[in-house]
Amino acid sequence: MKGNFIDNLPKVYGIYTGGFLAFIIIMSIGEQMGMTSKAIGICFVAFTVAIYAIIGYLSRTAQADAYYVAGRQVPTVFNGMATAADWMSGASFVAMAGGIYFKGYGYMALLVGWTGGYVLVASLLAPYLRKFGCYTVPDFIGTRYGGNLSRFMAVVVLTVASFTYVTAQINATGTIASVALDIPFQYAVYVGLVSILLCSMLGGMRGVTWTQVAQYIVLIIAYLLPVFWISNKMGAGFFPHFMLADEVSRIAELEAQFGFVKNSAENLKEVPKGLAGITKAHSAVNATPWAFISLALAMMMGTASLPHVMMRYFTTPSVKAARKSVGWSLFFIFLLYSSAPMLATLSKLSLIDPTLPTGIIGKSISEVQAIDWYQNWNSANLMFVSDFNGNGTLELNEFFMGGKAVVLATPEIAGLPYVISGLVAAGGMAAAMSTADGLILAIANAISHDVYYKIIDPKAETAKRLVVARVLLVVIGFAGATIAAMEIQGILGSVIWAFDFAMSGLFFPLVLGVWWKRANREGAIAGMALGLISGAGYLVWVRNGGSGFLGITQLTFGIFGSAVSLVAMVVVSLMTSAPNAATQKMVDEVRIPSGKSILGKQH
Amino acid sequence: MSKQEQHWEKSRGLLFMTLAIWFVFSIGIFLFGAEMNEVTGPFGYPLTYWFTCQGSLGAFVILIFWFANRQEKIDEEFGFSERGDD
Repeated sequence: MKGNFIDNLPKVYGIYTGGFLAFIIIMSIGEQMGMTSKAIGICFVAFTVAIYAIIGYLSRTAQADAYYVAGRQVPTVFNGMATAADWMSGASFVAMAGGIYFKGYGYMALLVGWTGGYVLVASLLAPYLRKFGCYTVPDFIGTRYGGNLSRFMAVVVLTVASFTYVTAQINATGTIASVALDIPFQYAVYVGLVSILLCSMLGGMRGVTWTQVAQYIVLIIAYLLPVFWISNKMGAGFFPHFMLADEVSRIAELEAQFGFVKNSAENLKEVPKGLAGITKAHSAVNATPWAFISLALAMMMGTASLPHVMMRYFTTPSVKAARKSVGWSLFFIFLLYSSAPMLATLSKLSLIDPTLPTGIIGKSISEVQAIDWYQNWNSANLMFVSDFNGNGTLELNEFFMGGKAVVLATPEIAGLPYVISGLVAAGGMAAAMSTADGLILAIANAISHDVYYKIIDPKAETAKRLVVARVLLVVIGFAGATIAAMEIQGILGSVIWAFDFAMSGLFFPLVLGVWWKRANREGAIAGMALGLISGAGYLVWVRNGGSGFLGITQLTFGIFGSAVSLVAMVVVSLMTSAPNAATQKMVDEVRIPSGKSILGKQH
Repeated sequence: MSKQEQHWEKSRGLLFMTLAIWFVFSIGIFLFGAEMNEVTGPFGYPLTYWFTCQGSLGAFVILIFWFANRQEKIDEEFGFSERGDD
């Protein structure tokens, strides 16, 4: 191919997408010819992971700016795709539609929060941090406020938030690898880890960028294809996003007809752990305004404080491109997020509507227990029925499902070929891997650049710095995998905590660093330290039976943490002396897009 | 007032406008979620439900591109835009 790699990107990824579609077609021909479902699952996961590994190898580099910020030459649209893959984790892909299915409106605060946060990223932070020219988020804090302590505090907050997040992602890659490759979870976690490291070890940010674009393409095809297919097959509408109003009102009608019968605690004991029934209205408002808004707000401020997202905007060629790139990121995220409620609607209606051939409510219990897909998912511990009232018929309150089943099982319930289930496994793997890569890289880069190079050994040569960075990458990956293998908490809960930790410690120190010239080092250190400590303290208190206040729960503790952070930062800044003239001039420089970046190209 | 101060004043004005629109779609409408859900929204979905599935999300996408274009205009007006690449 003529010309350099960047100019050829549309062509390269065009061919890649065509190749992936061809692979799906080959697999479906294979299915017709009698390939087993297990072989198809293995092919999908192995084939896609091998491609990412090849991209990771081709992106290898020995230069610091390529390793840390992909040489700052990623075009806006491609950076948007990479950010979308970076952002949408295993939780978004596998668990989100399930959350909407079970909890309805109250859960959809997450959809609003995880998209609205990008407005804050675009307007408050990304362009200014890009102008700054930093390699990592603590690099900005350390240079803007000065001093090793502020830099170190930023690394601490970043590590706490990102590490909470990454164990959940490695857990998700392990879950999918263990199902698709049919190996025990304890080993599958390490298979997942090796796949993740293959993408990032050699090329750092450059490798991660180009694998994330490839992963986005896989995950979006894997999410949208089944949604459109199911909708058409059910006759619900050619374009589900615009055509499901009848289905939504039909669900409301059925809910009114069946009623939400409350099960006794004794009956619920029978139900396997992690499964839930439909207990909340699908489209009605079922949460108080504050419950909805506080969750959305926590997720929005968390979005603007999570370093693995912010550092994606350090890779664009210009400040202008950074702003546009945030828009593209959100557009690509929107494609998946706006489809999740549609999938939840289709999935729920196909199960509960007695007039549909797939509907199981109202059928006899023994009939349901004889269905093939019920037996499969029941043995995978994701589905369960029990005749609580003893009338022999399945009622709405007698049917239980795991949150993951909405994405994983709906294609099978709707009667789609197995090749779609293989595709969904590859998509889930891509989503979890891309996020894990971004997070591990964010932690390893912060420790190698900010702690090792800037604090411990400022004279280190590039080659040595990159060796340290790679060693840290492996160490952090293994630490994450080891904790993931212990299976301490669920995927979604720990993801939400990561947002709360990040906003508690970093939101105001970052924002005020650009928007308030008077903010100084002492204030920033107080803001980060007290914010993180009070947020974490609140979480521990509520987890141990504390009652909480103002309706702030363990999912929204960041609201308390960031409020403490803001007050501490303003009060301490005003009590101590204003930043010196050089710092004030630096802030002025950051505020205009033209001219040199604050930190040099190589630093 | 120097050119730089004027530029910053305009940028800050744009920020407040952006945040005000953001506030409406992320917080404002959900203060009245229950009441608004009685109304039929676009494509026949209940209105609040539609906002949580598509409306607010789409509004954020448009808002960011609008903000980016406006900020670019401000930068050009004061001669602070970057040359070259996009």
